[in-house]
Amino acid sequence: MPTIVVDVMPKPEILDPQGKAVSSALPRIGIEGFAQVRQGKRFELTVEGEVTEEVLAAARKAAETLLSNPVIEDVVSVAVEEV
Amino acid sequence: MTARIGVVTFPGTLDDRDAARAVRLAGAEAVPLWHGSESLEDVDAVVLPGGFSYGDYLRAGAIARFAPIMDKVVDAANGGMPVLGICNGFQLLTEVHLLPGSMIKNDHLHFICRDQTLRVENAETNWTSEYREGEQIVIPLKNQDGQYVADDYTLDQLEGEGRVAFRYVGWNPNGSRRDIAGITNERGNVVGLMPHPEHAVEPGFGPDSVESGRAGTDGLAFFTSAIKGLLAHA
Repeated sequence: MPTIVVDVMPKPEILDPQGKAVSSALPRIGIEGFAQVRQGKRFELTVEGEVTEEVLAAARKAAETLLSNPVIEDVVSVAVEEV
Repeated sequence: MTARIGVVTFPGTLDDRDAARAVRLAGAEAVPLWHGSESLEDVDAVVLPGGFSYGDYLRAGAIARFAPIMDKVVDAANGGMPVLGICNGFQLLTEVHLLPGSMIKNDHLHFICRDQTLRVENAETNWTSEYREGEQIVIPLKNQDGQYVADDYTLDQLEGEGRVAFRYVGWNPNGSRRDIAGITNERGNVVGLMPHPEHAVEPGFGPDSVESGRAGTDGLAFFTSAIKGLLAHA
């Protein structure tokens, strides 16, 4: 079945405490060289049947209304994943 | 007349019993309200208590926002009914757009639980009228996602309109913008804050006070404020 992937990230101007914690943990396991880590969310919406324009529109609406909070997050992509 | 104050329980709510007890100690009738119900049971005010509704999945308050009872709460709030959101209830009020801004994880990443000093910045809301402006109170604070954020325009607007209701004093425990602990809507009937007034309403069970240990009852005036306002209009 086709899947629509929605990616949500914290807004650039919002400090990302979780990303910061991950970033400071990397050197502890010997991984160096990354200036910054930001942590977001990935949602996989599985579609029964074909991905029509209506289905994509519904996914975009879900992304804007429930999956993200526009005060602190951006929807960076709503895309059909190739099987 | 006895005021009737509803306390909503969602799956994962923790502080509904304490909120109901605070309502009763303040002199009103506490009416339990269920998230799946579409009736406010003719209450005069509503408290959205703390906890982890729907496990805080997705974002704190994000799923509870769509509970059937929330449509009724939003309608009533827009009509002027006093609504208080505590902790998870505050997060819920922002998700449902009754209050601006949002809460993200504490800047230090730790869950925090402590007796917190606040300054009352606005003593004219439905939930703060029994305080004095500038008064300092101590009530418990316990959360992980307590860092209040909003863009500068919104923050300036809140400050300019006197809608910052409470500010952290002494130490900002979570990185909240401009030390904001709680805010109100323009009308003053909707108030949200991260700390917990319902845990400081009865001697022996509150924060330590200058008189003696656990004697602090600084949170009680939230509830007596609401009741006084309701009875004045009855």
